[in-house]
Amino acid sequence: MKVAIVKYNAGNVSSVMHALDRLGAEHILTDNAEALRSADKVIFPGVGEAATTMDYLRSHGLDSIIKGLAQPVLGICLGQQLMCSHSEEGDVDCLGIFNVPVVRFRAASNEDKVPHMGWNGIECTGDALFKGFRRPESVYFVHSFYVPVCDWTIAQTTYINPFSAALHKDNFYATQFHPEKSGKIGGKILCNFLDL
Amino acid sequence: MLAKRIIPCLDVCEGRTVKGVNFVNLRDAGDPVELGRIYSEQGADELVYLDITASHQGRDTFTEVVKRIAAEISIPFTVGGGIRSVDDVERMLLAGADKVSVNSAAIRRPELVSEIAKAFGQQVCVVAIDGRMTPQGWRCFLNGGRLETDIDLFDWAMKASDLGAGEILFTSMDHDGTRDGYPNDTLAKLHQLLPIPVIASGGAGKMEHFRDAFTIGNADAALAAGVFHFGDIGIKDLKEYLYGQKIPVRII
Repeated sequence: MKVAIVKYNAGNVSSVMHALDRLGAEHILTDNAEALRSADKVIFPGVGEAATTMDYLRSHGLDSIIKGLAQPVLGICLGQQLMCSHSEEGDVDCLGIFNVPVVRFRAASNEDKVPHMGWNGIECTGDALFKGFRRPESVYFVHSFYVPVCDWTIAQTTYINPFSAALHKDNFYATQFHPEKSGKIGGKILCNFLDL
Repeated sequence: MLAKRIIPCLDVCEGRTVKGVNFVNLRDAGDPVELGRIYSEQGADELVYLDITASHQGRDTFTEVVKRIAAEISIPFTVGGGIRSVDDVERMLLAGADKVSVNSAAIRRPELVSEIAKAFGQQVCVVAIDGRMTPQGWRCFLNGGRLETDIDLFDWAMKASDLGAGEILFTSMDHDGTRDGYPNDTLAKLHQLLPIPVIASGGAGKMEHFRDAFTIGNADAALAAGVFHFGDIGIKDLKEYLYGQKIPVRII
């Protein structure tokens, strides 16, 4: 099992690497097309701003490489958002793997703090990513933008309004939350992804 | 529903966990990484590590501790203590911290908050404020509570939020170490004034105090140290109690 983590101008990806270490999965951080295509699994992490990151991906040819991957791919947080059609963050067209636009949370009252930060419950479908889940579980979120509930939603959460906590289409998977920071249950989700 | 967070705070000096009672007497409570791992397994939602070391050598020791925490613990953690510049923040983030708290340095140079938010995102910057009620009202204190300023607590909290703070961690020095409960009215006022989450700190002694911080103080998270370190309150028991009190918490 060899996991490739997409290398780009993201913030800290060490938490993803540590999580894979804890699961005993071999991993490399790379932007090399061949290394990405030949890996068993690819993780597309994300901490950063959408427009800046899309610019970087395009200028390095990573946009077409990611879209063309055939093995299971997992986008995390900004990674999920960039796999969608468009982001309101920087008004930028994204990879378009999931044909749904990313929008910003709009606080309805003083109770609604943005970013949505902390542990929130997810309502999951029976997708393989959530294999072995026996009860509602909570995972860790930090984000100001979200993917609305759509045809590819495999888990949803409500904060201000319902949104997609996770997506799945063909070989592409994505989570808005951070499985690498979500304790044991996050480790289980990563483990399920590695088992695909 | 977004869970109210329970956050154990670990003070670290020369690589060891200590707890200040009223910021003065220190008692040893073990290895910071091991303690953090136990809290994580018991259901802590986040951890805060404060470096209270003064020396440069101690700072390097702390960076090594941060690296070990990041490798071994799978929940978010914040580090603070002696953070004065964007470079200090970057060093902590590269070592694996998720968030960084700034205190005195941000009061001395408020632009630090906007610099951190711009460089790393709003969610990274926790502004910690030590406050005490004075005849003039709630005032901010510097240098671990040793130096009084004439800066109003609420003014500074709002300014920090405007500058890009992701959260406010408010410690009442009047309550810290007393185990008589959190300053709930003050927390409620902060909650009402601010568009960002407020973490209550200082005064936890009983499970009811956590409940009150959430229900009366409207805090988004409650931080405590001594009651956890010395086993007076178990985090699992606390979560179950709060759940029974109809407070949204994460049960693991």
